[in-house]
Amino acid sequence: MKVKLQHVAHARSGDKGDTSNIAVFAYAPELYPLLVEQLTAERFKAFYGGAIRGEVLRYPVEALHAINFVCHGALGGGVSRSLCLDNYGKSLSAAVLGFELEVPDALAPKLVNLPARA
Amino acid sequence: MAKKVVRVGSGSAWWGDRVEPARLNAERGALDYLCFETMAEATVSAAQVRARRDPTFPGYDTYLDDRMRAVLPGCRRNGTRIVSNQGWINPTGAAARIVELLRELGHRGVKVAAVEGSLITDRVLQLTDRILENGQPTATLAPSLISAEVYLGAEPIVEALKAGADIVVTGRVADPSIFMAPLMFEFGWDPLDHARLGLGNGLGHLLECGAQVTGGYFPDPGFKDVPEPWNLAFPIAEVSEDGTAVITKVAGTGGAVTLQTVKEQMLYEVHDPANYLTPDVVVDFTTARLEQLGPDRVKVWGISGKPRTPTLKVSIGCTEGFIGEDMFFYAGPGALRRAQLAKRVLEERFRIVGLQAEDLRIDFLGLNAIHGAATPADAPEPYEVAVRVAARTKTKEEAVKVGREVDGMAVSGIAHTGKRVPHQDRTREVIGVWSSLVPREKVPATVTYLES
Repeated sequence: MKVKLQHVAHARSGDKGDTSNIAVFAYAPELYPLLVEQLTAERFKAFYGGAIRGEVLRYPVEALHAINFVCHGALGGGVSRSLCLDNYGKSLSAAVLGFELEVPDALAPKLVNLPARA
Repeated sequence: MAKKVVRVGSGSAWWGDRVEPARLNAERGALDYLCFETMAEATVSAAQVRARRDPTFPGYDTYLDDRMRAVLPGCRRNGTRIVSNQGWINPTGAAARIVELLRELGHRGVKVAAVEGSLITDRVLQLTDRILENGQPTATLAPSLISAEVYLGAEPIVEALKAGADIVVTGRVADPSIFMAPLMFEFGWDPLDHARLGLGNGLGHLLECGAQVTGGYFPDPGFKDVPEPWNLAFPIAEVSEDGTAVITKVAGTGGAVTLQTVKEQMLYEVHDPANYLTPDVVVDFTTARLEQLGPDRVKVWGISGKPRTPTLKVSIGCTEGFIGEDMFFYAGPGALRRAQLAKRVLEERFRIVGLQAEDLRIDFLGLNAIHGAATPADAPEPYEVAVRVAARTKTKEEAVKVGREVDGMAVSGIAHTGKRVPHQDRTREVIGVWSSLVPREKVPATVTYLES
């Protein structure tokens, strides 16, 4: 089934200069391989449209069942230069929660807050 | 004999942080050390700008009095030492003020240390070579330079603690190092023992953002709920000599310490998780192990370290012009189409008045002002929209044009335009921050001591 990332993982973003790191954490160890297979750096960058102007580097961390995406050129030239209202990009991590993943039905019990199917 | 455990707590994660949780940690945290982090990237430069214009500005944390008045009684009663970077551009001045406050509260004979040496504005162009962000020589920053500071490590704080300081106040020190210094001192860790220091600065990183590990910047209804998110505590680490630690908080407070909150904070502001650079050590989070021991108690171990680099990071603040910004509002059926015409009007007006901008944004707050180009194409049309306009310019005169053209939208704008009464000129100064590296032996720190 197709499921939005918000049911599979939680996320947090942090800032350093013009770089935002957006870390994505699987809600259960069984869900982590889905992130590794489907949430590639290319797809991640494409999902953010033109909001990430530079390179996206991807660091899977098996011990935390997490992937860290380091997004260069995502903060409007840097926190102090940015014209964005959210100049630290602390809300940026929410966007990826709308990314759609293909999840085997067998893993449905591991998903968080999935709406009942009609 | 029971194994030695050191309890280190957080008193703040940034300049504007709440004060009450610091008081709570001082009074009920049973802490050996209470540590404060109060600086952002541009704090030093902003303080320099203010000090130039306002001779009465003492150059340290503007909330120094509030924070110290809140925690000194509890810390003195419980034998808790304090490590804090509230010194900003004047650690010795901050130490002197803390001595005054101690005397006022009736605490005599308390030793307060000031760590100086972070500020290198006068010699940064000689000590550094290239700007990390763009590869240009740092000398190109000479005309716009405001200030430069080195990120010092834990060692000068350890020196102060060894000399018997009860309170250590610093300028710029790497955030995790503020929290690790007490561990180095208590356990006698060698500055080159990268295995232990890796764990120490890894724990420091978990504590440096305060409530971000105890349920702050975390709740999402239905997905990640925590109790009483209006009543968060700042974290406490119970650290054992073998390097294992438990992250926890004072009982009876809101929020939560869970595997999820600890994981989120572990990667916060981290780039390569196997190589998190600090002045003391290169931290490797990929070997971390976590276990939920009970409610609000997460055991952390296994974070490792690699030898420190020969250089320290330098942060260089420069004047980079101005930002002018303002906003006005639409609501009801057709709010977005009116906002779109308003955007067109502003674009033409900026052309007519010859606005010289290095960057210009006109966004629809409620639709795309926060996520910008990452906003999905099929995002639903909002009932209310704010048109938010911002421009970055070289001069203040140009930045002022943004607010002046928004003023014009009051009687010369679109139907149903909502507007605020103009307040001041709606501009602010931009301090750009650049980075470079300096050999660590070129920037020795010094420690001075005062007594109440």
